[in-house]
Amino acid sequence: MCLGIPGQIIKITNPEHKLGLVDISGVQREVNLACIIDEEHPLESCVGDWVLVHVGFAMSRIDEEEAAMTLQILTELGEVQSELESMQVKS
Amino acid sequence: MKYVDEFRDPQKAKFLLHEIESLVNQIEVCKHRPLFVMEVCGGHTHSIFRYGLESILPDRIELVHGPGCPVCVLPMGRVDDCVALAETPGVILTTFGDAMRVCGSKKSLLDAKAEGCDVRMVYSPLDALQIARQNPSKQVVFFALGFETTIPSTALTVLQAEAEGIENFSLFCNHITIIPTIKAVLDSPKLRIDGFIGPGHVSMVIGKTPYQFIADRYHRPFVIAGFEPLDILQSLWMVLKQITEGRVEVENQYKRVVPEGGNQAALEAIAKVFELREFFEWRGLGSIDRSGVRIREAYAKYDAERKFQVPDLKVADPKACQCGEVLTGAIKPWECKVFGNACTPETPLGALMVSSEGACAAYYQYGDLEKIQQKKVQKQETATVS
Repeated sequence: MCLGIPGQIIKITNPEHKLGLVDISGVQREVNLACIIDEEHPLESCVGDWVLVHVGFAMSRIDEEEAAMTLQILTELGEVQSELESMQVKS
Repeated sequence: MKYVDEFRDPQKAKFLLHEIESLVNQIEVCKHRPLFVMEVCGGHTHSIFRYGLESILPDRIELVHGPGCPVCVLPMGRVDDCVALAETPGVILTTFGDAMRVCGSKKSLLDAKAEGCDVRMVYSPLDALQIARQNPSKQVVFFALGFETTIPSTALTVLQAEAEGIENFSLFCNHITIIPTIKAVLDSPKLRIDGFIGPGHVSMVIGKTPYQFIADRYHRPFVIAGFEPLDILQSLWMVLKQITEGRVEVENQYKRVVPEGGNQAALEAIAKVFELREFFEWRGLGSIDRSGVRIREAYAKYDAERKFQVPDLKVADPKACQCGEVLTGAIKPWECKVFGNACTPETPLGALMVSSEGACAAYYQYGDLEKIQQKKVQKQETATVS
């Protein structure tokens, strides 16, 4: 119930009720998009966006840049570690 | 799956474990005792056990599994009330799968269904509304529960029902809020928690600011975390970094999903439909002030508690249960007297054995029972010696 699943908005199905079709790992379902639309993101502009779906509602737009940055921190962590290891080997 | 697989990369997990290990070595208190870090959310508890994270962490870190499983903390009396609603003629009772199996003092909704009540499992409250549209001669009640993650979805469903003029739909509202819950944990006299892994999906709705008091007044690091293994390890690493650097802050590891200010549309929907109750009863924790919500007067016709005669049953937790102590980190699940003998997932006595997101159920399902048995014996020996 509390776990969300990432899905991609395929099309808007009911503008009046703010509903759209979302593809979640190959399963398509009509999802309420009311919580992820605002002035910056009008309904029709949402097709193609990745969202986190909870109990039939898109609750958050997944930020691609932030996802990449989180992973980048971890990659750098690994680079520093292997750097340190190779220093220790050389000394 | 996009945004999932990348956060399960074993190589990156190894980097993080290495960093966590080296930070633990720098923390002074770890020389005398383990460091206690609580994950508040049941979803995190589930991930921790599913990926076996506890067994790969250094021994000096102890994860305390917090009260954030809404199914687990629901008092038995509320389940009894819900069963009574399901038994009301002309009612179709709808709810999430997790809630079907929770036992009241006599039976669960699943039992009520087996006895002939019209109880239906739904994926979304919108599906419950659809059942109401299709069955105009019946009363459809949705058994609503969950923290701020699911409150917006029920609020928006009520608003949808109102917009369409659907009258045969109502909520049996058991929603609870996270901040008073964390505060109750922090105010517990037996508190032994050094830092928190914060709930990711609740935070996606409420944002980062409401947690600030935990840093300011209780001086505990708090890191909002995602649900994949790397998310949890990275958040733990961030908690440890705060401790070694002498900082106490609210940080956000789950930035790809959690905006600083939360979700305005969701918060507006909550505020429109719901208001705080003076107090709400929790299983294992007792009554917590202003921790639950109810439907506002303006939407009274969607409130099952106003629409039907709900018996309002009060059932005390079984005396043998030590759920409250487990929830505040005072004892580990396997230290409870009834764990694994009188209390099992098949016959749960206590709240935490009820749902798969509950700490005791998770230990029972995924934990190394042999190791737990050894720990139990060790513990008793120490007790006799001292």
